[in-house]
Amino acid sequence: MKEYLLLFASAVLVNNFVLSRFLGLCIFFGVSKNVNAAVGMGMAVTGVMTASSIFAWIAYSLILVPLGLQFLKLVILVLLIASFVQLLEMLIRKYSPALYQMWGIYLLLIATNCIILSVPLINVESNFNFALSTVHAIGAGVGFAIALVLMASLREKLRLADVPKSLEGLGVAFILAGCLALAFFGFSGMITI
Amino acid sequence: MTLWKEFAKGWVIENPILVLALSLCPALAVTSSVVTSLTMGLVVMFVITSNNVVVSIVKKLVNPKVRVPVYIICIATIVTLASLLLQAYAPLLYKALGIYLELVVVFAIILARAEVFASKNNVGRAFLDGFGMGCGFTFAMLIIGVIRELLGNGTILGINILGTAYEPALIMILPPGGFLLIGYLVGLFKLWNMHMEKRQRIRGEAA
Repeated sequence: MKEYLLLFASAVLVNNFVLSRFLGLCIFFGVSKNVNAAVGMGMAVTGVMTASSIFAWIAYSLILVPLGLQFLKLVILVLLIASFVQLLEMLIRKYSPALYQMWGIYLLLIATNCIILSVPLINVESNFNFALSTVHAIGAGVGFAIALVLMASLREKLRLADVPKSLEGLGVAFILAGCLALAFFGFSGMITI
Repeated sequence: MTLWKEFAKGWVIENPILVLALSLCPALAVTSSVVTSLTMGLVVMFVITSNNVVVSIVKKLVNPKVRVPVYIICIATIVTLASLLLQAYAPLLYKALGIYLELVVVFAIILARAEVFASKNNVGRAFLDGFGMGCGFTFAMLIIGVIRELLGNGTILGINILGTAYEPALIMILPPGGFLLIGYLVGLFKLWNMHMEKRQRIRGEAA
């Protein structure tokens, strides 16, 4: 049990996927302009990440490894995740148009995104079993959501600030992310796995 | 557009990292030293050039409805090839790049060049476009890598440049330093563009 808790805390805080591993930056800077959108995106990423990590584990450990086809993992994983997200989008559009209005745009953004693909790759590399992979995926998603919501709240405050003209927009957003990363850096060394 | 221009546009006017702000994840993650920045740049150059050529060759065979999955399979295959090659001939670099090497698959810039350029042009032009974009990517990675290694470690390619009296600013090779540096670089590029625009406007008024 302790092992699972440690892995979860490490994925959320110490090895935060955005702030210390630089993954998912496109979403991080693209969807952090208001807090509501950030909350939605954070939940969508966590859900898709957990589901695709489960599928990826099944495909890799139960199909590719017994057949000795590990070198195909990249091709298979990319296709699997992209088609899963596409399918999810079609299903939601068909059965719940209201939900689609809220989530559809986020799903399209994450179909081929590095943060979604990175979780199964790390799972494979670290030889995690099924339960550990799933916990890792949830932790990664929660960590991403926390960072995204924090960033969005900071950027909402920033609208009232007097920013030099040349740094407006992306420039100051990066510097802000740097400060946030500095804060999260305080967690490093807390947990070593 | 002349052939030279197809090659040269990737360097400055449409620089993938500093102007188009695409593929930022690797630009931050592996630029803490010059060697890893250069390797990543070369891998991306290889992938983007070969993918452009392949896409340009098969463009007539692919049904437009399934083109994106086909491009993705092409890219994934080429990245697998590159990563196996690196694993065999440069295992240390392979380890240093780690997971980011395989994540080249989802770099927006590669799919974007296939979709925007290679699927509409002949093989020669597609090759030059991919090669130029790859060079521009490597160039930007090198700038970031050199600044970070120099300030954070006092060295370039492991050779001491700033002398022993220099106290390395360790933050530059840690994650927060990457964010800060890119923020200031983006600001500098914008400042330069604003300056050029102003000069052009003044020139326009004088004429």
